[in-house]
Amino acid sequence: MRIIRKNPERKSFLPEEEADLTRIESLIRKYASKKGSMIPILQGVQDVFGYIPKSAMNLISEETGMSVSDIFGVITFYSQFRLYPVGKHIIKVCHGTACHVQNADGITTALMNELGVEDGKTTDDRLFTLESVACLGCCSLAPVMMIDGETYGKLSGEKAVKIVRDIKKNDNV
Amino acid sequence: MDKVKVVVGLGSCGIAAGAGKVYQRLLEINEAEGGLFELGKTSCIGMCYKEPLVEVTDSTGTYLYGEIDDKSAEEIIEKHVKNNQVVTELVEYSDKIGGKEQGFVDNQVKIVLRNCGMMDPESIDEYEKRDGYKSIKKILENNIPEDDVIKTVLDSGIRGRGGGGFPTGMKWKFARGYKSNEKYVICNADEGDPGAFMDRSVLEGDPHSVIEGMIIAAYAINATGGVIYCRAEYPLAVKRLNLALEQARKKNYLGKNILGKEGFNFDLYVKEGAGAFVCGEETALIASVEGKRGMPNKRPPFPAEAGLWGKPTNINNVETYANIPWIILHGAADYAKYGTEKSKGTKVFALAGKIRNSGLVEVPMGITISDVIFKLGGGIKEGKKFKAVQMGGPSGGCIPAELGDTIVDYDSVNATGAIMGSGGMVVMDETTCMVDVAKFFLNFTQKESCGKCTFCRIGTKRMLEILERITEGKGEEGDIEKLQELAAQIKDSSLCGLGQTAPNPVLTTIKYFRHEYEAHIKDKKCPAKSCKQLITYMINEKCIGCTACARVCPTKAISGERKQPHLIDQDKCIKCGACYDACKFSSIDKL
Repeated sequence: MRIIRKNPERKSFLPEEEADLTRIESLIRKYASKKGSMIPILQGVQDVFGYIPKSAMNLISEETGMSVSDIFGVITFYSQFRLYPVGKHIIKVCHGTACHVQNADGITTALMNELGVEDGKTTDDRLFTLESVACLGCCSLAPVMMIDGETYGKLSGEKAVKIVRDIKKNDNV
Repeated sequence: MDKVKVVVGLGSCGIAAGAGKVYQRLLEINEAEGGLFELGKTSCIGMCYKEPLVEVTDSTGTYLYGEIDDKSAEEIIEKHVKNNQVVTELVEYSDKIGGKEQGFVDNQVKIVLRNCGMMDPESIDEYEKRDGYKSIKKILENNIPEDDVIKTVLDSGIRGRGGGGFPTGMKWKFARGYKSNEKYVICNADEGDPGAFMDRSVLEGDPHSVIEGMIIAAYAINATGGVIYCRAEYPLAVKRLNLALEQARKKNYLGKNILGKEGFNFDLYVKEGAGAFVCGEETALIASVEGKRGMPNKRPPFPAEAGLWGKPTNINNVETYANIPWIILHGAADYAKYGTEKSKGTKVFALAGKIRNSGLVEVPMGITISDVIFKLGGGIKEGKKFKAVQMGGPSGGCIPAELGDTIVDYDSVNATGAIMGSGGMVVMDETTCMVDVAKFFLNFTQKESCGKCTFCRIGTKRMLEILERITEGKGEEGDIEKLQELAAQIKDSSLCGLGQTAPNPVLTTIKYFRHEYEAHIKDKKCPAKSCKQLITYMINEKCIGCTACARVCPTKAISGERKQPHLIDQDKCIKCGACYDACKFSSIDKL
């Protein structure tokens, strides 16, 4: 059976952003010859740019010999990797079991209302990205969220909104 | 006289609760006082519900203070450290005077958690002082043959703590049996079960015990290299592991000719996972370490024959490895003293959910579930009724309160339809809807299904859609049977544990809480009053018109004059429950 895929414009859905690839050259070279190092390379690239730009995939492919489609396959398999730029602060709301039974949905809804974005998206001012994660392992403090590596526990919608507002305020100072 | 020791618990949850700030404050005080006391760090002691925790050790004994902030920290220094007056009202546990939480500590048997919260996890010297690396020394100094090490592990009866419960000694025996010039030892630290955090605590609190367990495994199977596959969501664990590895290399516990043993070369590195639950499955984990998409492969061949890079590989979980040094040092018989006939030793559980004392406990196998929840866990929060406990995460099931006498061992838990799993125990009370819980777990497994097997990929999606319909009040006659049929097919036709067990949360909730499913489907009611589409918020005659509800309502659905009863516009209401929480006069009913 022939499958006809409708894609008349053939335009990539990935963002066309300029990325300074010199920042990742040494990283790629460090790992390129080691077997099984695709994930550390991608983690390193994401540490630098906050996401994995399309141009970086091409560079990795050239240096490691792995095809771009295989690299893309690895990226999309793991929830850690992103294909779009993120905000300055990443808010990870925990939706593990303990948080779920203690109304983690309410935290996400409150933050969606406050920031005016859908879950998984970034605010227009590129200040915040709102994400849901499976479990942060701080179940005794449920519900929790993590912003820039710092964990906040025993939240309510109101508290979560206040924390985000405080971060915004500190940024403007 | 020795200085008084003041130790702050700096595990992930302690830090989240504010322990970092308390430590900082104590550091300042100590500097200002010219080094009045000895300030130390440790990791999680398991009493997560009382974090931040500060332990003071003076010449009379040890005193553990709970829920400490800057102010109470100052008070403790002033009264206890300076003037030898114990601040009794803040003491949770003490070996000298009875604390408030004595029961939580006394009912435990600590083997895996022997060092957690008892020492500085970033210091190899402290680990060595607490019998650390003595087991590997014992083996090498006495030239104990590999087969004898494996026999000890076999005789101890320890079974895989990751959830499967396969005898660890057997695994080692198989891996030893295959000849190859390269062999690997892998530690599965990809703790993905939502609601479980035992492995995180062990890695943060006692990384050397896991490393020593792996060195012993490497010796027993003649491995040449090793990997600790750790979740990237556990940054502190990764940091402490890397530090511990560096320290172990300096002391030649890792590297070439370990401790002078000619030809015993072994080293380890930490590999960070990238967020995929299925990578907890051993063949998927191996694919991920190799840098590929983490999809499971058909077994056999088992990893013991052809694992990482096609070489014989032994994979165990964090908790399993942490047990090994203790077993070697104390002997198989001492370990097998604990537990039941077929499940030996202890098990660590992470208590979470609607339980008073959420935290980590280590208990001998064979204790009843009720004892764990009531004796150690302190019962249900806010005096509510115990309804069920979820064990085994997305692969497990819900055990109802009536089966509270079930003992904790692999076979008894399996008989209920749940599984032991890695040790998460999420407690539910009367306000938790069991259909919603089933939906939650299925939503999780459905998202995490790697897509390789059709039934797991599509079947879980269809099951989820049915559950969504039911919780929205659109359930139909026959839905329960349809769920059961799909569940049976998914279990039969999935390659790995994820698919084979994904329907368990649904099946166990149907088995024990069928009436809740029926109430949703037939009466369009949620008995736990939790499913949004099936509840209505109404203001009753007790309303005094304080306007508190109207002020918190995000959609302005509540109207009414001040001091007059208010009214909720049902068309505008999004059922967020904010008004229900805000009302101080119980004048809002959830129907």
